[in-house]
Amino acid sequence: MGIISRGFSGRRAASDVKLPPGQYLTKDFPVLSAGPTPRVPLETWEFTIADGKNVVQRWDWNAFRALPSETPTVDIHCVTRWSKLATTWEGVSLDTLFANVKTDASYVTVESYGDYTTNLPLKDLMGGQAWVAFRFDGKDLAPEHGGPARLLVPHLYFWKSAKWVHGVTLMRDDKPGFWESLGYNNYGDPWKEQRYWE
Amino acid sequence: MTWRVGTIVSVHDETRTARSITLDVPDWPGHLAGQHVDVRLTAPDGYSAARSYSIASAPSDIKRFEITVERLADGEVSPYLTQEVAVGDPLEVRGPIGGWFVWHPEQTEPIQLIAGGSGLVPLMAMMRARAAVHSMMPFRLLYSVREPDAILYADDLRALAAANDGTAITYAYTRVAPKDWARPPARVDAALIAQATWPASQSPTCYVCGPTPFVESIATLLTAAGNAPDRIRTERFGATGDVR
Amino acid sequence: MNPPTDDYLDGNAAAGELSTIFAFDITAAEGQCAACGSMKRFAEAHVYTQSPGFVARCAQCDAVLLRYVRTGERVMIEARGLSFLVFDAT
Repeated sequence: MGIISRGFSGRRAASDVKLPPGQYLTKDFPVLSAGPTPRVPLETWEFTIADGKNVVQRWDWNAFRALPSETPTVDIHCVTRWSKLATTWEGVSLDTLFANVKTDASYVTVESYGDYTTNLPLKDLMGGQAWVAFRFDGKDLAPEHGGPARLLVPHLYFWKSAKWVHGVTLMRDDKPGFWESLGYNNYGDPWKEQRYWE
Repeated sequence: MTWRVGTIVSVHDETRTARSITLDVPDWPGHLAGQHVDVRLTAPDGYSAARSYSIASAPSDIKRFEITVERLADGEVSPYLTQEVAVGDPLEVRGPIGGWFVWHPEQTEPIQLIAGGSGLVPLMAMMRARAAVHSMMPFRLLYSVREPDAILYADDLRALAAANDGTAITYAYTRVAPKDWARPPARVDAALIAQATWPASQSPTCYVCGPTPFVESIATLLTAAGNAPDRIRTERFGATGDVR
Repeated sequence: MNPPTDDYLDGNAAAGELSTIFAFDITAAEGQCAACGSMKRFAEAHVYTQSPGFVARCAQCDAVLLRYVRTGERVMIEARGLSFLVFDAT
């Protein structure tokens, strides 16, 4: 550990709300990114569900926005230690998107415009735990925060909530994504502080 | 490269928002003009934040150097360094870092320095290095700055320009210009590049430092003016100059 | 109207961390992008530091050159995006 810097505490605000271990509360919404912001015109945007190489469901923007949406209020936790509570979103539940999908696959790889991927068990996307979100805090989701649409799966560290989401591929074998393949935990439960490889 | 503990021996406010901090570091190996250090702050609970700052002082044999820190309104580290630290405080540094964005006195070609705001810092080290060895190598500086009050090292720049073998300095004001200034406030453009910088035919080495959008814009202008890409060296600052 | 420039720095910003792994200065090292073949100094790479780790991308084509993650106990680096790096060993 470094020498203590007199009077330095960083950006953190003390809080009396219960946060996952090692997290601090922020009022900002930091923008973290592994690459340039993709510019995705709505005319060409689509969201697909693929089983291996077969696309089994596809929506363009109009079809996607015609689906019933929800307005979840959730806490989000970033592996870089900031947490933001009671964030408000509008999005389509993954339960809605998977309504007509039958599969025996256990895992998904989430793909984004650009080259970002992340992986998780399929069951973590189901049961009211995940959305494809297109509005944040009452406004259209800004590109730097993942707009036109991002995955929102708040029970896991926020690197799993892939920005600029393009689709999910059902997988029989789990395949570590962009950060999971380089030292970040394959699952990422903030309450168990699963930040890194064990 | 390991972290070393230096001691702050002096602080000096350059402008309302920028402060220079002089550090003594016991086993400092010395530095080259253009290099930077990483500075790390640690809170009592072990949380740490680190940022990169260019060295502003000329290379020398003494184990002492100066950094200049610009305070960012929503910064995490810069408000602490520009407002909290005091003479006598320890400060952890790592460096010197960088072997590309560097000027060696042995270089004989014309040198073009282009600074955007606090991007002047490493270029100032180069100008101070040139002065320290009484070099006669031809230097030009194009310094893009918001307004006169934002000029860093104003006295030193005047002295360098006035010296007999001085560096030619052109100021480009982007928001507020001095009264009677010929050029209205504006960003650096092709016309100013043509007017104030070494012609590409002289094969200058160009050092461009500042925020990323500024550096990209200048690099494009320099290339359009005929400078080869490998004659243009760049260093990008950001509001988010985070290191681990 | 210019599109907003993304929030990247360059290879100079990654050099401090990479100095804990590489004995030679990385900023002056020349690297070839495995995706587009362009050869550039590592100082010119676009480095995204606002990340769980950092990512260095080719200034020409934006392909990932190198990824770096330092966790509590390990440093991991992956550089498949670089065909090679040439360091000055003098």
